[in-house]
Parts: sequence; C-alpha cells; structure tokens
Amino acid sequence: MRGKVECSNYIKMEFPSKSANEAFARSAVAAFAAQLDPTMDELGDIKTAVSEAVTNAIVHAYPEEMGVISLRARIIRGDTLELTIKDHGRGIPDVKRAMEPLYTTGGEDRSGMGFTIMESFMDKLQVRSKPGKGTTVSMKRQIRKRR
Amino acid sequence: MMNVLSAYREGRLTVYLHGELDHHEVRQSMSAIDRLLDEYLPRDCVLDLTDLKFMDSSGIALILKLHRRMQERGGRAWVENAAQQPMRVIDASGIERLVRIASREEAKA
Repeated sequence: MRGKVECSNYIKMEFPSKSANEAFARSAVAAFAAQLDPTMDELGDIKTAVSEAVTNAIVHAYPEEMGVISLRARIIRGDTLELTIKDHGRGIPDVKRAMEPLYTTGGEDRSGMGFTIMESFMDKLQVRSKPGKGTTVSMKRQIRKRR
Repeated sequence: MMNVLSAYREGRLTVYLHGELDHHEVRQSMSAIDRLLDEYLPRDCVLDLTDLKFMDSSGIALILKLHRRMQERGGRAWVENAAQQPMRVIDASGIERLVRIASREEAKA
C-alpha cells in the first residue's frame, strides 16, 4: 500500500499562456528550489526543465487562444523537488510519439528536443494527456545533500 | 531579455548572444541574425555564447536554423564559448553530431 508522500513545503501558481511568463516560471521555481541547496548545475537543469514544460503548454496546448497554465512545486521526502505543470488545452493525441527526440509539430522554430531535455535533466518524468482535456507533466529531481 | 551583437571581419561574422534565450525570445533573435547574414553575406558565422546565461531547446532550434542557413549559402556555422548551462543543453540534445561546438580552450587558440 502506498502511503501519502511527505511534503514539507510547496508553491502553487497560475498564469495565462503568454510566452513572457516562461522566464518568470523558471525563475520562481529556481527561487523555491534554492532551499534544497542545489548546485549551479542542478539549478540550471531544473530551470531548463520548467522552461521546456511551460513552453510546450504555451505552444501546443493553446495554439490559437490564451489559456491557463498551473504550476505546482513541492518538496517531498525532504530532498526531492516535484514539479507539476498542468494545462486544460488541446492535449497530446500520441504521448509516446511526442516524446521521441526531434519529433515536433512546431515547425522550424522548435527543435523537438523538449521532452528529451526534461527526461535527461530530471530523475522522473511522467506525461498524462487527454485530447481536448489537457496535459499534466510531472517531474521529480532529488537534490542530494552536500557536505 | 535578449541582446544580439555582432562583429564582422574578413568573411567571418561573429554573433554574440546576451541574456536568456527561450521560446519568447527566439524568433526575434533569429530575425536579427537573418538580417546580419543578409547584410554581411559571411563565409563563416560564429555564434559566441559567452554572455548567454540561459538557454533551453529554443536555443537548439536557433543553432540548427543558423547551421542550415549557412549550409544553404555554402558557408559554415559553429558555436563558441558556451557557458555551463547552455553547454548541458547542447550536450543533452546531441547536436554536436551536426554542428561544431568549440570548447572554451579551442576557441581561444
């Protein structure tokens, strides 16, 4: 049986799918994650993963209209940052395909590397999506204590 | 905020990216680079990332696009002086198979 995960701190925020909010989202998460005393590399990885997930929601979930993106960051088990980025947009018809490196429907301006980067920079990545309902991206990264 | 600066010398255009490169900034930065390519018609184009504090996969798209543009013109493009965070993104993307990524030491030589 799985018990409730111990959560010692969290933040929640909500913002419209404007690209100007990408920088805000990653900076806010980095500021929150600072309490785990991450290295510069760990902080850079976390910021990059947030940037990718939020950009995906802006570009793919709400291609025509503005929508709401919610972001939750939690500290769980004392040393792990858990991020949840959720939208109520178009959804991804084929998650497995969307996660393949270089696969993109975003044209020349997108590299198709977003999920690959989230996967390699975070310990865990989970993507749940329903066409027409939205997408939830969950990521975890453990920050080991430094001596 | 992104800032695109450049220097041209003997067929080589060096483009300096300052700031943070993400999806919000990438289109404008690419247009600025396109204008520079049209103006100078360089043989080589170097993307100098010394002052790029952050980039995500939008930066990978920009590097690939520049690489393609230069190939179409029969020239070359490469990346120099990437700081730690951009370098980790470059490493994770595997674009080194396509575009030359000069290390800091190499670039100085």
